Amino acid sequence: MCVKQVPGVSEVRIDPKTNTLVREGVLSIINPNDRNALELALILKEEHKVEVIALSMGPPQAEEVLREALAMGIDKAILLSDKAFAGADTLATSHTLALAIKKVLKEFDSEENYLIICGAQAVDGDTGQVPPELAEELGIPQITYVQNLLLSEDKIIVERKFRATEIVVIETKLPALISVLIDINKPRYPSMAGIMKAYEKANVIYFDSMALNADSSKIGLNGSMTEVKKIFFPERKVNPIMLEGSTEEVVRKLCQYLKDDKIF
Amino acid sequence: MSIIIDAELCTGCASCMESCIYDAIELDNNIAKVLPNCTLCRACIEACPEEAISLERDDAKAQKVDISQFKGVWVVAEHYKNKIQKVSFQLLSKGRELADILQVNLTFVILGTDFDDKLEEFSQYGMDEIIYIKSPILKDYYSDLYTKVITELVLETQPEIILIGATATGRDFAPRVAKRLRAGLTADCTGLEIDLETRNLLQTRPTYGGTIMATIRTPSSRPQMATVRAGIFKMPEKIKKNVNIRKIEYEFKEQDSVSKIVKVISKTKTPVNLEDAKIIVAGGRGVGSKENFKLIEDLANVLGAELGGSRITIELNWLDPDRQIGQTGVTVSPKLYIACGISGAIQHIVGMENSNIIVAINKDPDAPIFNFAHYGIVGNLHEIIPILIEEIKIMNLNKE
Ligand SMILES: Cc1cc2nc3c(=O)[nH]c(=O)nc-3n(C[C@H](O)[C@H](O)[C@H](O)COP(=O)(O)OP(=O)(O)OC[C@H]3O[C@@H](n4cnc5c(N)ncnc54)[C@H](O)[C@@H]3O)c2cc1C
Ligand SMILES: Nc1ncnc2c1ncn2[C@@H]1O[C@H](COP(=O)(O)O)[C@@H](O)[C@H]1O
Repeated sequence: MCVKQVPGVSEVRIDPKTNTLVREGVLSIINPNDRNALELALILKEEHKVEVIALSMGPPQAEEVLREALAMGIDKAILLSDKAFAGADTLATSHTLALAIKKVLKEFDSEENYLIICGAQAVDGDTGQVPPELAEELGIPQITYVQNLLLSEDKIIVERKFRATEIVVIETKLPALISVLIDINKPRYPSMAGIMKAYEKANVIYFDSMALNADSSKIGLNGSMTEVKKIFFPERKVNPIMLEGSTEEVVRKLCQYLKDDKIF
Repeated sequence: MSIIIDAELCTGCASCMESCIYDAIELDNNIAKVLPNCTLCRACIEACPEEAISLERDDAKAQKVDISQFKGVWVVAEHYKNKIQKVSFQLLSKGRELADILQVNLTFVILGTDFDDKLEEFSQYGMDEIIYIKSPILKDYYSDLYTKVITELVLETQPEIILIGATATGRDFAPRVAKRLRAGLTADCTGLEIDLETRNLLQTRPTYGGTIMATIRTPSSRPQMATVRAGIFKMPEKIKKNVNIRKIEYEFKEQDSVSKIVKVISKTKTPVNLEDAKIIVAGGRGVGSKENFKLIEDLANVLGAELGGSRITIELNWLDPDRQIGQTGVTVSPKLYIACGISGAIQHIVGMENSNIIVAINKDPDAPIFNFAHYGIVGNLHEIIPILIEEIKIMNLNKE
């Protein structure tokens, strides 16, 4: 399963006076959807005795989210970290993740029977593009926006939310990739024992671009087709007409304005 | 590869620091210095007034494609229950604009079945060409079938821009197609422009929950793909026009689709249709309770409006999830939007700022919602709305 470290966005705010980002106290966290992916992987581990491996690409600090995943109960954590991975868009990110997954699969006997679980989207970039791109690169089917899953032997049956009020039930054979929504489960908290183990005993395995035998034209900035041209703060509309007076007056003024605007 | 700062040119103005969302630049002796947590996003390069920042690239840049070979703008249709979705038509109106600037054709690509007698009607929406891929299995959406057909078609016709609705469907197949083509894809765009000199599509989208806007381009590869939010662009005007229709009966093989649709479950009571609503009355945490939402509903009723809410009202179970407006809900653009007890968090704003007229009722004069409203009322919604309802009732009577 894939976890990403993201800034706690609910805390990213704009200072209205200076129009700059307020960064104080902004912590890095596990991407919220990825906690659900973790929880699902752990449930499958308990029910089906599968091995759970968490994979993350990011700077060395991202080791923290993998420690947290270990504390929750995953078996193995791998961090893909290298300066050469920096500047990756979703195309390059999914390529790098795919290289690592192929490497891990080779070390197992079975390259057939696996399930990749991702979050439906990350709150920083919020693209949701990495999961389908990863599935394509691995040559396996994908089901995105999953809110329920049943695993039996070599197949999965999932509920995919595809409209506000509609769910489609899809069946597919393993290997496959799914991306999960927040609604799928309630992530557990790590136990004290889990935390101790994660920080004292467990190892986070590091892969760099050499270990992955990566083609330098397909990773990081070089492997990215998109380029950020500029970043700016949303424009603020100014000068609303503020309606003042008694409640009755205010209401009457509003209705008059809306009449003038041909709304009423 | 790294960001280089020219110490000669740097004036220590800190513009780059402000532009950096990763907090990866600091001032060292009044000269900007890039820290190890830089992600090479390059926002600082644009931000620097002195042009003191540049990107040092390795030579290994991927093989260049001849981008001049790619011509034309595509919109890929989304349909459900044999009806083309609104977002696809909205994309046609934006697509027309882009195609005119680039002086190329606009193509509407439909993968489906049973559309034969509807093509005439669609041809009023301003495209130059319709490519209709027909197969019974395309009645429903399958990611692998869409990916196969669209990639084949792109390789054959080589469009320069492909626009797709940023829905659960579009966001499912677009990345898969992009990967197969090794094309750049920008998710969830809210603005599209052309840089005519390079023919690059400038794609603007919210990131970090709408706190920041990013403009993204795909300078060295084609096609340029974008998923685009519903409700951002207007429906196209109907026009009379000669449209070239190309129909392809497509035969899939058994192994083309690995996944099977078992069934579709609908949870609908009455369908909520915020996207098409002319008037929306939305409530936030300031409404106070589920019971109090009755008041907001009453206002919606006298106005013939649809009811919506901020995310918190959904989290508190005051409203159903399909009524959430904003970044993680629906994007709306009604003629009138009345925000009651909503603070105006940016994640909410990105979902409704395209409304023609926004009215905000909030008891806090400093609530950010007032920065986006056309008419603002500072006060208690529980006092204001009952009187507003009475006033509207009187108006309604006078009309009849
Ligand atoms: C990744 C992410 C995605 C998100 N997506 C969305 C989204 O799609 N949509 C969305 O809405 N939010 C979204 N949010 C949440 C968003 O950040 C805000 O928390 C939310 O919009 C706030 O809702 P609110 O305005 O109803 O509540 P509050 O911020 O609590 O505001 C309540 C307002 O009501 C006013 N008020 C209180 N009592 C009264 C009264 N009696 N009369 C008049 N005014 C009164 C108060 O002054 C206050 O301004 C998202 C957040 C994150 C992190
Ligand atoms: N750098 C990364 N490392 C590990 N997983 C990632 C990374 N980026 C994206 N993902 C996975 O892809 C999902 C969607 O991310 P995104 O496409 O960035 O919105 C996340 O929830 C993760 O499961």
